[in-house]
Amino acid sequence: MKHTLAVLVENRYGVLSRVAGLFARRGYNIDSLAVGVTEDPTISRMTIVVRGDDLVLEQVTKQLNKLIDVIRVTDLGTEDTVERELVLIKVNADVKNRSEIMQIADIFRAKIIDVASKSMIIEVTGDENKIKAIEQLLKPFGIKEMVRTGKIALRRGPKSI
Amino acid sequence: MTERTEKMTGARAIIECLYREGVDTIFGYPGGQVLPIYDALYDSKIRHVLVRHEQSAAHAADGYARATGKVGVCLATSGPGATNLVTGIATAYMDSIPIVALTGQVPLSMIGNDAFQEANITGITLPITKHNYLLQDANDIPRIMKEAFHIASTGRPGPVLIDIPKDLTTELIDFHYPETVKLRSYNPTYEGNIQQIKKAAEEINRSSKPVIYAGGGVISANASEYLRALAEKVQAPVTTTLTGMGAFPVDHPLFLGMLGMHGTKYANYAIQESDLIIAVGARFDDRVTGKIRSFATNAKVIHIDVDPAEISKNVRVDIPIVGNAAKVLEDLLKYVDRAPTDDWLQRIAHWKRSYPLHYIGGMDNIKPQYIIEQIHDACKDAIIVTEVGQHQMWAAQYFRFSEPRTFISSGGLGTMGFGFPASIGVKIAKPDRVVFDISGDGSFQMNSQELATVVQENIPVIIAIFNNGYLGMVRQWQELFFDKRYSYTCIRNSVDFVKLAEAYGALGLRVKQPSEVRPAIEQAIASGRPTLIDFWVECEENVSPMVPAGAAINEIMDLERKA
Repeated sequence: MKHTLAVLVENRYGVLSRVAGLFARRGYNIDSLAVGVTEDPTISRMTIVVRGDDLVLEQVTKQLNKLIDVIRVTDLGTEDTVERELVLIKVNADVKNRSEIMQIADIFRAKIIDVASKSMIIEVTGDENKIKAIEQLLKPFGIKEMVRTGKIALRRGPKSI
Repeated sequence: MTERTEKMTGARAIIECLYREGVDTIFGYPGGQVLPIYDALYDSKIRHVLVRHEQSAAHAADGYARATGKVGVCLATSGPGATNLVTGIATAYMDSIPIVALTGQVPLSMIGNDAFQEANITGITLPITKHNYLLQDANDIPRIMKEAFHIASTGRPGPVLIDIPKDLTTELIDFHYPETVKLRSYNPTYEGNIQQIKKAAEEINRSSKPVIYAGGGVISANASEYLRALAEKVQAPVTTTLTGMGAFPVDHPLFLGMLGMHGTKYANYAIQESDLIIAVGARFDDRVTGKIRSFATNAKVIHIDVDPAEISKNVRVDIPIVGNAAKVLEDLLKYVDRAPTDDWLQRIAHWKRSYPLHYIGGMDNIKPQYIIEQIHDACKDAIIVTEVGQHQMWAAQYFRFSEPRTFISSGGLGTMGFGFPASIGVKIAKPDRVVFDISGDGSFQMNSQELATVVQENIPVIIAIFNNGYLGMVRQWQELFFDKRYSYTCIRNSVDFVKLAEAYGALGLRVKQPSEVRPAIEQAIASGRPTLIDFWVECEENVSPMVPAGAAINEIMDLERKA
């Protein structure tokens, strides 16, 4: 089972390697990890998607909390959370199929951010299902390159973690 | 009132911080990148013990910490100096021992260039430190030193490393030592949740077959008195782990001895039949639980630990209580009563009579267990430090410890070569106590160079080598599980230990007969000098009883050999 953890950490040298190292040596699997500074420049926020049952999740959470640079760990769950991921997809495109690809992009409210004679780059934002869907639809054209930010997530409503 | 700041170099600031933290002794080895720190040490009030290998500096700091409860400090240069500390740091980490390791580093501007004697020691020690620092600004020295001592000694203790680029040690800073530590992300829980404590007390009060299972956390929290009070009030038997040895008096009628792989039969039987396990400062290590699915299947589990990550890590816990062992036990004592354990204690007494720890004494050959008994008879309040292997188990089984911090041994990591350097730290911390390093001929050769240290510094520890010509514990496993194929475990006649001791200027004694055991021990104690006793013991004696790897702990078998 997948869990999305929001981890507030000190915005300091070496913190990412502490967190990544913890996952590696305790044998936990990370699906994705996104990190960036928060509204408070001394704090960074990591969004970590981790696979495992409740026992694994409990251990991950406790072990993360043991790291001195980790300020807070919250399991976001899924129900009252908005989740997004940003993906850039470079797809084969020529005069013949360019408009078809643009139509697909349009349906997904994706943006075309680069057009060349033989390729296009599409920027798409969404949850996992949406990204999977557009990826499937673009595959037949030939995806040359793809990069994703990893999932980021916030709780709905006025409360913060 | 605010303290006036003073200008000083980074190096002097480091020494000043040590002094402010109450450090009287550090263990180290100099080198290029720590020259300014050594220069500042030269005329400081802090004693520096020069070891002969950095690994020993870490172990000595560890021994010092285990004997006192204070933070031990070691110092090494960059690169190989720092990497040599690694085994010692890992040893301290696995047993939750508070040490601060200071390492030199190449100047900031050269980091990452593969400079001479550069090693990424913060990266290397990431998984074996509670926390570590790479100093990047000399002005941070006082704050980081303060934090390091705080982190090492509070919560679940552990090693903290500070890597110090050389250029920062010559920079001038305004020295101001902070009085408090501000770490928003680090707030260990000390007080146990009172509702949980009451629930635990209810469970204890109605249990008819409780067992208290105490680990090293009882010793590090200085909770032994509370442990004893709890056991006596409830009338519950107590078993300890290897690192918990000394937390409860061995001669106490409620004591079951050690549990687990080489524990007593009655401790293991009691655990397996219990209806309630009260775990205090212990972590259900695999050497304790044996086959985890068969461990105490009928027991509810109360787990008292300062580290929430230990709760339900290995064994499902019914009533977790996160907090300092002393504080939690003190609170728990208010709510517990005598439990209905009369029948249980009778049953245990029967097991104790039927299955005592025993060995068959030798007329011609020296039995290792006999040496331990003789050391105890000769000096009941000796502090016993051990290496790792058979001798370690015999020391835990046969020495009758009566107080905490008198059995000092590498439990979690199982580090051969730990004992001798650790005994240096112990003896310096406790100069009035007789300190024995119980050793094997294998383990001793891993750090025998420290004979030079104990002679130069006149640290009169007594090394008792249980010389059986084998890497005995591995040989025992080969005998039992590999059809006596003693693959590379015979080390017989590799060295004349008496001559080795004498070469360094220590006293060397050789003992080949049982009748010579006691006189040699007494001579060593009386000599007041660093002394090595080379006991030629029964070569193929086994540690008994034993739970085979992967078996349930009640599947414990006798292995004793005939005289």
